[in-house]
Amino acid sequence: MALDKALPLGEPQQSPLRSLAIAVWRRPALGASALLAGPMGWLVLIYLAALATLFISAFWSVNDFTGEIVHSWTLDNFRQLVESSVYPHIALRTIGIAFAVTLTDIVLAFPLAYFMARIARPKLRAALFAMVLLPLWSSYLARVYAWRLILSHDGVLNWFLLELGLPRAHIGYTNWAMWIVFSYIWLPFMVMPIYAAIERIPGSFLEASQDLGGRGLRTLRKVILPLAMPGVIAGSIFTFSLTLGDYITPVLVGGPGSNFIGNVVFSNVGIANNIPFAAAFATVPLVVMAIYLFIARRLGAFEMM
Amino acid sequence: MTRTHRSRLWLSSASLGLFMLSSSGIAAPVAPHYPSSIGKGEGQLNIIAWEGYAQPEWVKPFEKETGCRVNAKYAGSSDEMVALMRQGGGSQYDLVSASGDASLRLIYGGIVQPVNVKLIPDYENFLPELQSPPNNTINGIHYGISYEWGPNVLLYNTDKVSPEPTSWAAIYSEQYKGRITVPDNPIQIADAALYLMAHKPELGIKDPYELTRKQLDAAVALLKKQRPLIKKYWALASDEIELFKNGDVVIGAAWPYQTNALKAAGTPVADTVPEEGATGWSDTWMLSAKAKHPNCAYKWMRYASTPMVQAQQAIYFGETPANKKACSVMNKLEPGSCQKYHLDAPASYFDKIKFWKTPRKQCSDGRNNCTSISQWQQAWQSVMQ
Repeated sequence: MALDKALPLGEPQQSPLRSLAIAVWRRPALGASALLAGPMGWLVLIYLAALATLFISAFWSVNDFTGEIVHSWTLDNFRQLVESSVYPHIALRTIGIAFAVTLTDIVLAFPLAYFMARIARPKLRAALFAMVLLPLWSSYLARVYAWRLILSHDGVLNWFLLELGLPRAHIGYTNWAMWIVFSYIWLPFMVMPIYAAIERIPGSFLEASQDLGGRGLRTLRKVILPLAMPGVIAGSIFTFSLTLGDYITPVLVGGPGSNFIGNVVFSNVGIANNIPFAAAFATVPLVVMAIYLFIARRLGAFEMM
Repeated sequence: MTRTHRSRLWLSSASLGLFMLSSSGIAAPVAPHYPSSIGKGEGQLNIIAWEGYAQPEWVKPFEKETGCRVNAKYAGSSDEMVALMRQGGGSQYDLVSASGDASLRLIYGGIVQPVNVKLIPDYENFLPELQSPPNNTINGIHYGISYEWGPNVLLYNTDKVSPEPTSWAAIYSEQYKGRITVPDNPIQIADAALYLMAHKPELGIKDPYELTRKQLDAAVALLKKQRPLIKKYWALASDEIELFKNGDVVIGAAWPYQTNALKAAGTPVADTVPEEGATGWSDTWMLSAKAKHPNCAYKWMRYASTPMVQAQQAIYFGETPANKKACSVMNKLEPGSCQKYHLDAPASYFDKIKFWKTPRKQCSDGRNNCTSISQWQQAWQSVMQ
């Protein structure tokens, strides 16, 4: 109907809209590029240019006296990063906790995702879906603060332990607290891709494995795990990169000695006004993620996306 | 020079000159160009302030009286204030309520301009120490009007800590291990330096904000020894309030604001300025070098210096006015508050407080062997790990 209005019969040649439509119809590439111009422009200008600016400014320095940026090339920022005992330590802590969180989430998410995809009936599956996704409806900050209340000295956890006659747990404001909170917060991002991967495995594969004498564990190891692996890798990209780039959770639930790369970047931009140094340190997670994605690609994580 | 030039050419040709290129001139304190009188208001005033510094109680009457509509942007830290004042070439905001650890950065960065104190009648009534304090006055030129001040106090839980602590040693000793909190802020190094001033005179620290490399290293060593004793370094005042409320900590460095909030919530706490003295803040209204609404800004500085506003502000935030005449107004608003916030205290109380200053490479005696804020930042990072 709308088409009828836009293209009144009788004078089809005069309508510029129509000639445009014909042009796009004849040359599909034209239509595709018009469609992509916006997002591509955004990607190149805003995203890649910002990354390039970040990388370039990592080679600048700051005038100590006035706090202004000196636009001459220097490797001092990188030298400082490598030579100091502090920054490699912080980088390793960040990467280490990101790995620990990723592993924990795989261990927690796999059985849950398997149950949802293969065993649960539709109603239960819908309920489980809602429960996995429900936390995402509330603010990230609210969830981290909730954990702070749970883990604090007079918090829910210790109240519970004392009621049971057990001694207090001193988990609040430690790296353990960060590990727990990160694992909790990013769990849905692991459950979803694994669920999608397991759901895709044809039931006949499992039957075939059993027909050939593969018991439960063997089927899991030889059939399910390899086929679900792309989902695990995809999920791990989320949990790993999200943990790697976070700086709020360390501030809120971390204790002394729990700074992340993000915290150092934040304090250099905010407090010391040393943007070049912050940029130099910010390239570390970039490089780590690039390596991670390269390995993930090798393992076939992108084939299912 | 050529390298700089080429890098700029490259940047602009790649259309990446997104930021920082405006800073072509060499920054230095701005020379005075005083107005001789306050002209007609421009109808607008854009300010950056601490939360609670632009409350409707005193902003509304100002808007009515002057016709200057106040747009206040709250900043969470001194560093955010400096960043916001730099933003947009420096003309976006007219005024900032800068604390002492930001003010020198603003002055030497050429971001703020000198203020004619003759246009502020209440300036005469200020505490003598706050008429030309080193955090806003350089070579007799005033880069702003002092506003309010207060000490960083030692806060403790009265149920768990007794007798009343009299020394900062309480947060450096094993006694309260794992139940101590201090701010996550490089300026905390000054607190350690203040402690060393009293307990290790051989280091020769005269000013906790002017540390040589050796003195800075000593302060950092003390802070590193303190680190295993700390439960948490707090980033926001609300963090510390929660730590005390939940029993995670029993003693720590704080602002009087936290004491008031915790007392109001029924937590048994008290605070004290220990025998070594304390660090403290002293805020200044500073005028942007490129202020678009200078007349409204002067009107605000004049208004904010009056006893009424100074008293309201002090009671609202839990701090002390610069204007001595605010004392009687404070007592009218809340009996005993003038004494509570030490506005009537002798000069010796004021001398116990070492007010925040931006650490700079150049010491005040002109020598160049002090450590700068970015060195402090890195030192603090090595403490925090």
